Amino acid sequence: MSGHDRNGLWATAGLAGLMVAAGAGAFLTARNGRESGRRTPPDDAPGFTARRGFGSYDVAGRSVTIARPRQELYDFWRKFENLSSFMENIVSVKPTGQNGRAVWTIRAPAGRTVEVETEIVREEPGELIAWRSVPGSQIETEGRVTFKDAPGERGTRVSTRIAYKPPAGEVGRIIAKLFMREPAIQARHDLKRLKMLMEAGEIATSARRKDQTRAAKQQSKQEEMA
Amino acid sequence: MRALTWQGTHDVRVETVADPEIINPRDAIIKVTSTAICGSDLHLYDGVIPGVLSGDILGHEFMGEVVETGPKSNLQKGQRVVVPFTISCGQCFHCAVQEYSCCSNSNPVEKQDMSANLYGHAMAGLFGYSHMTGGYSGGQAEYVRVPYSDIGPIVVPDHLDDDTVLFLSDILPTGWMAAENADIRPDDTVAVWGCGPVGLFAIQSALIMGASEVIAIDHYPHRLELARKLGAKVINFHETNVLEALMDMSGGIGVDAVIDAVGMEAHGFAIENIMDVAKQKIGIGADRASALRQAILAVRKGGRVSVPGVYGGLADKFPIGALMEKGLQLRTGQTHVQRYTKDLLAKIEEGKIDTTFLISHRLPLEQAAEGYKNFKQQQDSWTKVVLKPGMESA
Repeated sequence: MSGHDRNGLWATAGLAGLMVAAGAGAFLTARNGRESGRRTPPDDAPGFTARRGFGSYDVAGRSVTIARPRQELYDFWRKFENLSSFMENIVSVKPTGQNGRAVWTIRAPAGRTVEVETEIVREEPGELIAWRSVPGSQIETEGRVTFKDAPGERGTRVSTRIAYKPPAGEVGRIIAKLFMREPAIQARHDLKRLKMLMEAGEIATSARRKDQTRAAKQQSKQEEMA
Repeated sequence: MRALTWQGTHDVRVETVADPEIINPRDAIIKVTSTAICGSDLHLYDGVIPGVLSGDILGHEFMGEVVETGPKSNLQKGQRVVVPFTISCGQCFHCAVQEYSCCSNSNPVEKQDMSANLYGHAMAGLFGYSHMTGGYSGGQAEYVRVPYSDIGPIVVPDHLDDDTVLFLSDILPTGWMAAENADIRPDDTVAVWGCGPVGLFAIQSALIMGASEVIAIDHYPHRLELARKLGAKVINFHETNVLEALMDMSGGIGVDAVIDAVGMEAHGFAIENIMDVAKQKIGIGADRASALRQAILAVRKGGRVSVPGVYGGLADKFPIGALMEKGLQLRTGQTHVQRYTKDLLAKIEEGKIDTTFLISHRLPLEQAAEGYKNFKQQQDSWTKVVLKPGMESA
């Protein structure tokens, strides 16, 4: 499989531009010419499902079909304050008022939080929102969410693609470990919660009492540690 | 409140635990008046279902009175309701096509990974079962928190007593769906493995659907007698070579449809079943599938195989060759209870289905542990146990 084909795949997946914008293109092009021999035509699978590493970046993706109209879901997501209602690691996302910038406050152990500021790099109303961390952030991260009509009456396919790169050094290592250790699992869980919230109007819990829900336990743990 | 809790294999106890409360807007709290022990509860009792934790409240067949409602429940306090064992949101893709037991939203997100890894997809939530299916507190208790109470519970009229309608929660629709999955046509001969409550309701359902003959297979004389009373012919597999008998009783064609109402803890003498028992005992996840193996061999070419019996893991020596070469159709699944409750309630009211004939024992909730023990150890005479939280202890 050649680097050229891989790039083609990334272009198909619509991620190449996004990755290059964050400086991640380097590890993609670095593969050019390294592999020779059999050329396999690119398949139609999403880029993040490739059986290969992404260098110093962690890449995760997930799609979910939600039985709600595309515009409604887009509007809900675009109001960033809503994200903490289904993203478990997020304490809050607060728009700062300029160029779609927002400050994400992310849960970390020992009652602490980490903040990352992001800006919107691309926005297509009703269809796509892409963001990335502003220069100088402790974590280089970028992501995007797309909204596409699902076949027939099935609603909307919501897809997220997230790439992030922790900084070098001890601090970065700890941060990476703390807050996005398993981005694929986190993305999957967050999207399932979004689906529950938008379809059923509530997030499922099997707790018998209010103080036993996962959210309540997390909250009290956070307060205890702080 | 008092509730029956699982403590370990063959160890269940009625204990005092915290009452449930309304958490989500669509919740209701039900005060339980009747709750039954299900054959699948015995799989939990025997410790062969993974993901059951000490202290879990069991029970998924229950009914009672609405005592509290969340702001988005459409139930009213004082209503009598039967609650389906499947927890379904009513809004997702699966619920929209009435695949209620496949609901995408009812199993809490953090509980989904285990079944998603094992089965490729996460299971829906179920009451009183494994944490793979949500770990929801069950109905063998004085009170239950019922999520999505606007979708699941069915209000029942006062002139029908608890015993008559309780089984709408699981085994009646499960027996009905088993027969429906067997795609029964007039002139069909149908064989049913297992004359427990689900098998008995499957026999009744198959006859209502127009099967010309139903043959019931078990080894407990009393259970076979119940099947015979419903109109089935019976085979005792301790006394009879089942495959030979079925072949002859179907005129050399083989039975048109087969129903495995036994599941993962099949009894049997065959060598592979003895191996299955050994593997299950040492915990390497093998389901004992001897009833299903036999059913697949017994069914005619082009026949239908329906599996309401519960399986959880992997089966060895599954006759995949017979399945393919004979051109069989296989249909299975946890019951889409909400799909059937309304029609079956009407059939009960019209007197077309007998629901109480299989109840052998009624006990106070406090004696639930005794109920489990006897239901397990004296399967011939203890055919169905109904627990009544309000009943005085004997």
